[in-house]
Amino acid sequence: MAGATLHGRLTWRVATVKAVVDETPRVRTLELEVPGWPGHVAGQHVDVRLTAEDGYRAERAYSLGSAPGEPPVITVERLEDGEVSPYLTREVRPGDAFEVRGPIGGYFVWRADDGGPLFLAAGGSGVVPMRAILRHRRNSMSMVKVRLLYSSRTIEDVIYREELDGEEVVHTLTRAQPPGWTGYARRVDTDLLREVAWSVGEGPLAFVCGPTSFVESVAAGLVELGYAPRRIKTERFGTTGR
Amino acid sequence: MEALDGNAIGGILYHVFGREMTMAQAECVCGARGPLAECEVYLGGPGVVVRCRVCHNIVMVFVEVREMTCVDLSGLRALELPALH
Repeated sequence: MAGATLHGRLTWRVATVKAVVDETPRVRTLELEVPGWPGHVAGQHVDVRLTAEDGYRAERAYSLGSAPGEPPVITVERLEDGEVSPYLTREVRPGDAFEVRGPIGGYFVWRADDGGPLFLAAGGSGVVPMRAILRHRRNSMSMVKVRLLYSSRTIEDVIYREELDGEEVVHTLTRAQPPGWTGYARRVDTDLLREVAWSVGEGPLAFVCGPTSFVESVAAGLVELGYAPRRIKTERFGTTGR
Repeated sequence: MEALDGNAIGGILYHVFGREMTMAQAECVCGARGPLAECEVYLGGPGVVVRCRVCHNIVMVFVEVREMTCVDLSGLRALELPALH
């Protein structure tokens, strides 16, 4: 299945929205049906292309939030001045269609036989590919240890909240915390990583995804702790997510 | 403008080279070497600009002109393609 994703031409295909799930006030998950979908690897993304009536086109990349073997799912954060995300998070209804090409990517991916232990660090919508990895780990009965460090602005901004309750997740809420919050309440720094990340001696494999500044500081912190740079995979979403 | 990384242009790279390219090892004229996925990528301009993460030199530029993608690789010393899965 993975082989089919890496050979041949990458073509635009029609994706039909099968279902819509509101994750937070600004984030929505779209389950897609894509005839001819070749299957994907956890961590890959798709390019979405919207074409206006006058022919104007806009393209954006969105990580897949579903595991290999599951239908493609994207989770989109609305950027108010965006060209694509306002449509995907507000306008689109089940039955609507747009174009996608993919799956794309061979670097920020995890297959069960890549092993671990896995340390995942996500900022905001950077959690989307991490859900694909967590689901793939469960579906493949992998015994690899995994821990997710997930940074959100507030508890209301936490995406996949219920599903993540079943995983080993350490939350940090950087902007506001609910009454009685006992978790972390600051941006991720090296001291926080020292407390949360697997120790270097375990030979961990790290995936870091989120806004560029988040990814830069987490990756630098992991290197400071002694993580091998080659064992730290990074994916940057820019200033405000994508 | 804040930099993204080579993951963001996996689709463009695939379109141009006809295969998965984010794991290709790019060598900058400065000698730095690493997967294209780790290069700095700027999408906000009229084209796509790929820079070396070490010396920040431009290693690749992609510009779309009338459905044709123009590619400038003059900042690249070498590009090594890994075996496909």
